[in-house]
Amino acid sequence: MTPVSDAAQKKTPLYEEHVRLGAKMIPFGNWIMPVQYSGIMDEHQAVRKNVGVFDISHMGQLVATGPTAGVWLNEMLTNNTQKLEVGTGQYTFLLNESGGIIDDLIVYRTAPEEFLLVVNASRTDEDFAWLERHRANDLALSNRSADYGGLAIQGPRVVDLFQSILGDDVDLPPRNAIVDLAAKGKELLIARTGYTGEDGVEVFFPTKDAAMVWNEVLDKGKALGIRPCGLGARDTLRLEMCYPLNGSDLSPEHNPIEAGLGFFVDLKKPKFIGREELVKAKETGTANRLVPFRMKSKGPPPRPHYSVWRDGEQIGEATSGTLSPSLNQGIGMAYVAAPHARAGTEIEIEIRGQKFPGTIEKKPLYKKS
Amino acid sequence: MNVPDDLFYTESHEWVRQEGENARVGITDHAQAELTDVVYVELPKIGAQTEARGQIAVVESVKAASDIYAPVKGTVVEVNKALEGNPALINTDPFGEGWIFVLKMDSTDDVKRLKDAAAYRKAIA
Repeated sequence: MTPVSDAAQKKTPLYEEHVRLGAKMIPFGNWIMPVQYSGIMDEHQAVRKNVGVFDISHMGQLVATGPTAGVWLNEMLTNNTQKLEVGTGQYTFLLNESGGIIDDLIVYRTAPEEFLLVVNASRTDEDFAWLERHRANDLALSNRSADYGGLAIQGPRVVDLFQSILGDDVDLPPRNAIVDLAAKGKELLIARTGYTGEDGVEVFFPTKDAAMVWNEVLDKGKALGIRPCGLGARDTLRLEMCYPLNGSDLSPEHNPIEAGLGFFVDLKKPKFIGREELVKAKETGTANRLVPFRMKSKGPPPRPHYSVWRDGEQIGEATSGTLSPSLNQGIGMAYVAAPHARAGTEIEIEIRGQKFPGTIEKKPLYKKS
Repeated sequence: MNVPDDLFYTESHEWVRQEGENARVGITDHAQAELTDVVYVELPKIGAQTEARGQIAVVESVKAASDIYAPVKGTVVEVNKALEGNPALINTDPFGEGWIFVLKMDSTDDVKRLKDAAAYRKAIA
């Protein structure tokens, strides 16, 4: 066990709340974050059955403003921002010139000439520097990450929870949409999105309000079986849905086509950074594919970097792996050579020198019954 | 955190109960709390010989795999098969039903080199 050092670790505005609740804190990038409170299994089930709340204050918020902001972002990002009406968002990628993934993010159009980018904590500074370097002169870009705290509130009872917090006069926005409650006198942004496969929202508020919002959510959620949830459950929940994690499943060495995420790339756009490589990848196919897999036996759970085999030949490497709390079986994602990427392919995962059988599956690995 | 007085401890958070010339081994309450939900245990093979501090078993939580080390030199004479069906015994009863293996010690003097309960309490404080 490695002792957690406080040196050079950023704390979210909810750090004290996590410690007070007895969370186990771990380093995560530059941050110190809760990995779990009551236990990963318990928190995972709370989100699948009731509702759970995650501190996502570490995530980055970048704001682009100006008459040409939409046109400019369309050249920076893979998805088509021109399709965004005010109050809606989309999942998208920030690529380098060779089509490699710098970050995956959600971009919202918050006003006709204003866009909010919610980016991964560990990539915030890099994303901002990259965008700033490519910025057109007639628009403004600001890194607002330190101004905002954020919570992900996820689970089938999220609507009930919000009714008890905000009353009947506020409706949650539809899927992928965002509302700003400033008009109702509250400094709160609510986006209907998430990283768990359940109904849910991500909310953003001024840093100073963080503890108040967190405790209000936990208090009103008590009757609904709410649990504070850490990074551990966040990982098992997202992996059951096959949502990629940047730094594990995504990296500058891989492009979105290889990752099976071409749906979020609009190749009809005439110009965006990385486009040429992606057109090539689409036309000629990629050498490797990111695929979900599931273990067959009750063996040890797969982990990142375990090798993947078929008929005595190594065909790839796992990028994510865990024991699925919902399926009670080992699951993961791996890059495998394209000829072996078809769902149903029988594979083996090498774990400490021994091979255990598994199968390549379709997304998602977990479907609500 | 529970640290029974009648056991010996390692810096890597294994406990040892001396039973004549045998040593029963598990991981401590502190270790199971740090690891969290144990979902898989790779048991050693009966007859396996090990040096002190040799890697001999693996305990996996949802998050990660952790190596377990032999506290003393010896030969594995018994393993806890119950953990194959119910690895969570390590969480619910780390010093009892959650034991992992039994070593026949090459020398019973070796346990004296381990930490006693007071020293282990200090180590995890």
